[in-house]
Amino acid sequence: MMAPLAGTDATLIVADVAVIGAGPAGIAAATRAAESGLRVVVLDRGLETGGQIWRHMSGGPVPRMAQRWIAQLSRSGAQVIHGTSVVDVQHEDAEFEILADSSGSALRVRAGRIILATGARELFIPFDGWTLPGVMGIGGAQALLKSGASFAGKRVIVAGSGPLMLPVAASLANSGAKLILVAEQARRSAVMRFAAGLWRAPALVVQAARYRARFLSTSYSTGTWVTAAHGADRLESVTVTNGRRTWREAVDVLCTGYGLVPNIELARLLGCDTRDAVIVVDAQQRTTVANVLAVGEATGIGGEPLSLIEGEIAGSVVSPRARISDALLRKRAALEIAARRMLDAFALRQELRSLPTGGTIVCRCEDVSYGAVKDAVCARQAKLYTRVGMGPCQGRTCMPGLDFLLAWQPDTVRPPIEPALVSVLSSELADDAAASILFNSSVGEAYQ
Amino acid sequence: MTAHHDAVVVGAGIVGAACAEALSRSGMSVLVLDASFAGSGTTAAGMGHLVVMDDSPAQLALTAYSGRLWAALAPELPRNVEHEACGTLWVAEDDEQLEAVRAKQSVYADSGVATEILSPAQLAEAEPHLRPGLAGALLVRGDAVIYPPNGARALLQRAITNGASVREGVRVNAIGAREVIAGNERISCDCVINAAGALAPELTPGIPIVPRKGHLVITDRYPGFCRHQLVELGYLTSAHTMTTESVAFNVQPRATGQMLIGSSRELVGWDGSINRSIVRRMLDRALDFMPGLALASAIRTWTGFRPTTPDKLPLIGSWDEMPGLWIAAGHEGLGITTSVGTGQLLADLITGRAPAIDPAPFAPSRVLAGVGEH
Ligand SMILES: Cc1cc2nc3c(=O)[nH]c(=O)nc-3n(C[C@H](O)[C@H](O)[C@H](O)COP(=O)(O)OP(=O)(O)OC[C@H]3O[C@@H](n4cnc5c(N)ncnc54)[C@H](O)[C@@H]3O)c2cc1C
Ligand SMILES: Cc1cc2nc3c(=O)[nH]c(=O)nc-3n(C[C@H](O)[C@H](O)[C@H](O)COP(=O)(O)OP(=O)(O)OC[C@H]3O[C@@H](n4cnc5c(N)ncnc54)[C@H](O)[C@@H]3O)c2cc1C
Repeated sequence: MMAPLAGTDATLIVADVAVIGAGPAGIAAATRAAESGLRVVVLDRGLETGGQIWRHMSGGPVPRMAQRWIAQLSRSGAQVIHGTSVVDVQHEDAEFEILADSSGSALRVRAGRIILATGARELFIPFDGWTLPGVMGIGGAQALLKSGASFAGKRVIVAGSGPLMLPVAASLANSGAKLILVAEQARRSAVMRFAAGLWRAPALVVQAARYRARFLSTSYSTGTWVTAAHGADRLESVTVTNGRRTWREAVDVLCTGYGLVPNIELARLLGCDTRDAVIVVDAQQRTTVANVLAVGEATGIGGEPLSLIEGEIAGSVVSPRARISDALLRKRAALEIAARRMLDAFALRQELRSLPTGGTIVCRCEDVSYGAVKDAVCARQAKLYTRVGMGPCQGRTCMPGLDFLLAWQPDTVRPPIEPALVSVLSSELADDAAASILFNSSVGEAYQ
Repeated sequence: MTAHHDAVVVGAGIVGAACAEALSRSGMSVLVLDASFAGSGTTAAGMGHLVVMDDSPAQLALTAYSGRLWAALAPELPRNVEHEACGTLWVAEDDEQLEAVRAKQSVYADSGVATEILSPAQLAEAEPHLRPGLAGALLVRGDAVIYPPNGARALLQRAITNGASVREGVRVNAIGAREVIAGNERISCDCVINAAGALAPELTPGIPIVPRKGHLVITDRYPGFCRHQLVELGYLTSAHTMTTESVAFNVQPRATGQMLIGSSRELVGWDGSINRSIVRRMLDRALDFMPGLALASAIRTWTGFRPTTPDKLPLIGSWDEMPGLWIAAGHEGLGITTSVGTGQLLADLITGRAPAIDPAPFAPSRVLAGVGEH
């Protein structure tokens, strides 16, 4: 460890609305709210605006729509603060106080309203060999591509579930990888029905078709999944099955992921109701806690267009005039139907529940095997007895998979919801802490 | 009709587990019942410091005795109990505290506990991340740390090996004369041991045990950053005085390289939520002694409830209001340490053997006689 930082005073920002997450949903919400004259601050862990999709968009420049939104956001007067993880939030009377680890310094934000736009993370289901070097998440592969890593000449399999596999497979093919197989666990009939319904969301069709075109030479196999990865010190081959036939494929890289899990920890900390691991919201994107709204993937996996619209709606709901256009509401309804179809189409098959064997490592942080946890009566017992999910990642990687495999209910949420420096948790506002001047007065006045 | 048992232990926390172990080792047939699962109560929240403490002569006798029992057990404990003989450093901030350290050394010596006094330079060498300018410390080499939930399970496993049976997920509704009522089951036995921790008064009205909340923070792994359990000399005052709120510097190195940062005490009933201002004060206190902790990453916080009696001593012995009832509860912030001493003492009392330490200060009857806080 380095020498400690001098002083443990926190910076204070006072705003009307705090948006947590700068993905499509958060960008749209912040833009609309700030355009109405509110003082809006956006906090995001990432170093760039754009969330999972735009930040990680690989193979080429940021799409035009993203550029348009990001430009609108910066014109709106909303202040975006990057490199900032929200680790705690409390409410007192009509005000929320957010605590964030902002590049190692403590930041406190007071706001009358909060919009949660925390997105989703990938769902991993453990299987033998998944911890071998060469096995990575689909999102992880995307991030690597973005950062310039080369997959040229590598034999790659993309296996798992969901539409996310397509763009990643396309980017991999583009970057010169030898794409051997894209294995989708869902049944062909379900995927075809979903694809046939795509006319309701034309943008998706175009997108899907474009992705498909890029790796046409590779086989896209439905009803197919990977059961094990093999190799001495790194990945050499994988076992693939379609339920009838099981075979080996020699590979250098396996990209795997079984869809997305909404990030609902902050919502749970605030006391918002959740159902099926998704934040419950009403037609106005309001959660069950007053003055807390939620948008995007955290309220249900639905893709970027739906996230944008939900964001726009929430941004309008909090604004002084609070008018929501019918067109937006209609679009949201249509996209919600598409989202539900997608979830149905890519529902995880029962066989995946028997992917791990007794010896499969489920928690990499604490090196815990599946056999050690599978008989626990609840997540809390497994954690206490085996330390599963108690390492630095605090179960963010392994617990959703275990919840799927063992039908556990998620354990309680406590601050910090993600690791924070001791100096951040112990920070206090200096006695003379004045709200930092982030907003110019004309914006402040407009809010009267 | 359930079979008759010599003893039914209510509660599979570390204290109940230790009682079951000692009783079954004495040849008694033992049944352990727990409403949830073994080690799920306060034991799940404890820091796991096996420590000799001298708040009172009786506390010193029980902790020193328990320390010896743990040391004997240590080689036989499974790895997941994470027993580490790291020792304790009682850190003195100034000369006045150093005087107290010297006094502590002679008190410990009288109880056969070996200690060493470290000079400021020796302390700095032993724990380079403590702030400079401290006056010295008392090193108690015999102290250790364990991982409490697995400590409780290990003791329970030994009881099972001795023939005891354990039933989890069974809530006891009432304790009667030589029987226990759980749901629609009546289990008859010669003696019942109420080892329900902070919940013991629910089953035995009249025993003065209250929950005293504590917070802990755990960091990511920084192997070698801290090597001994570090406690400020003022800790005893914090533990003894029943103020509504107190914090003390208490940092523990875990086998994993993680550090546990404590400790706090609050009387707020059963509210288990994180009190941010207490966490801040606790961390500030820790930073005061170990400034470098500022850059450690804290990965988790939690709370637990110490079962606390007015005189801070556990209740160990028979409860004369109810035939066949024995109490083993109220271990405040030392139950991980004193569990094994408690089990042995109780088994000796029940089987009529001469106990190794004087049981009188722990007799539950003292609370009926109205002994208050001293
Ligand atoms: C790994 C991954 C890759 C994806 N790739 C694609 C793709 O290629 N194509 C596609 O169509 N869809 C992709 N998606 C789906 C796409 O991200 C979503 O459809 C859409 O972007 C959701 O927007 P959102 O704003 O709800 O969430 P996100 O874009 O996930 O944004 C949430 C933001 O909140 C931030 N955040 C969360 N919690 C905190 C906190 N406590 N403190 C501070 N910041 C926080 C995150 O850093 C993130 O920037 C991907 C999703 C994931 C998880
Ligand atoms: C923050 C903190 C730090 C601590 N640090 C240390 C330390 O470093 N060293 C140390 O020695 N001690 C420490 N302690 C104290 C120690 O944890 C406790 O003294 C000890 O765990 C008490 O154990 P117990 O078995 O009496 O209670 P518990 O562990 O609470 O066990 C009681 C059991 O009884 C069961 N039960 C209750 N009611 C019923 C019923 N009606 N029917 C059936 N079962 C029932 C419960 O489910 C529970 O499992 C600490 C405590 C806290 C809170």
